[in-house]
Amino acid sequence: MTATVPMTAALALGDDALVLSHRLGEWAGHAPVLEEEVALANIALDLLGQARVLLSMVGDEDDLAYLREERAFRNLQLVEQPNGDFAHTIARQLYFSTYQHLLYSELAASGGPFAPLAAKAVKEVAYHRDHAEQWTLRLGDGTDESHERMRRACQALWKFTGEPFQPVEGLDAGFSGLETAWLESVGDVLRRATLTLPEGARTGAWSAGAGRQGLHTEPFGRMLAEMQHLHRSHPGAAW
Amino acid sequence: MVTTTTPLEAELLALAGSVPDPELPVLTLAELGVVRAVHVRGADSAEVELTPTYTGCPAVEAMSLDIERVLREHGLREVTVRKVLSPAWSTDDITAEGRRKLREFGIAPPREHRDAGPVTLALGPTRTATPEEAVRCPHCGSADTELLSRFSSTACKALRRCLSCREPFDHFKEL
Repeated sequence: MTATVPMTAALALGDDALVLSHRLGEWAGHAPVLEEEVALANIALDLLGQARVLLSMVGDEDDLAYLREERAFRNLQLVEQPNGDFAHTIARQLYFSTYQHLLYSELAASGGPFAPLAAKAVKEVAYHRDHAEQWTLRLGDGTDESHERMRRACQALWKFTGEPFQPVEGLDAGFSGLETAWLESVGDVLRRATLTLPEGARTGAWSAGAGRQGLHTEPFGRMLAEMQHLHRSHPGAAW
Repeated sequence: MVTTTTPLEAELLALAGSVPDPELPVLTLAELGVVRAVHVRGADSAEVELTPTYTGCPAVEAMSLDIERVLREHGLREVTVRKVLSPAWSTDDITAEGRRKLREFGIAPPREHRDAGPVTLALGPTRTATPEEAVRCPHCGSADTELLSRFSSTACKALRRCLSCREPFDHFKEL
């Protein structure tokens, strides 16, 4: 092992996984049916495992997860968005898992420092993407109510979907190619779900996304407070 | 990495591999295909390479402790278990004996790989399409089974139901 791990890139990938894992964990006890409760918790567990590997590459995983301030987190604003209704969670899953699957496929083939983790994780993420796709089809092509909620959710999160394709220091990936593939893949799922690609800006004015620079949306602070308070209140505590 | 294995390392590898899986105790770690190698370092210390089934699999820590305990009981003083990710574990690493035991335990074993990744199926009750692709019921052997949920009691399993004997069962899904 001689390859040095680029800090910024490891934090970006690790924080995406950590934060989304925590958000999905918030569904425990609240999911619409038991099977979904189990599914979302399993997806969260996969992401937590990925986060642990990625953060451990550049420091102590617990210190990084529990002792950093909000501005030091490098996750996408997309993954920190609140769960909303079930459709919002599924839209977030569709957008993120499609991105993560494309990115990790490329990283797995790159031979860089993230290749071993990416090669492993991409197989897990394939199931996450499939789960999101099946639910998007079911909700979009379901009742008037589910169609409308799915449409609203896709629209609401659309402004966060430009940020994933901004270059990240130390991440050797072809982001413009990834973006084209992402638009094609998400567009295809939405069409089959009788929905259309939302309109509106994904970059520039009226869009969102500076999480990679440490700027986060308002709900993220509250999420972090809940995630970190036990560890900060009882430093070094163990089960 | 090309290394030669000494008889002692082979013996220790067999010992480490004989440890039962903490969540599926009918399987040994060797049958699950997660113990990659044992390297003897000096007189009484060894390093074991263990690969996780899923990146977040919480059983890895219990496996490490069990391996350490077994090798210490065998007279080694220092045992370290190192987690290796590459090459990524696949359900094809489960041995034929491991598959048989899973079935006997009531868990449908993973099918051999065609392509990596999930099999695309419609959501909701879905019968398996062709007999050779079918996930067979571990209780009655019927090929007429349907998917209930992609994720079940652990990350590595999906929940299915047999349409012949009506029993639900876990399926160790392909990875």
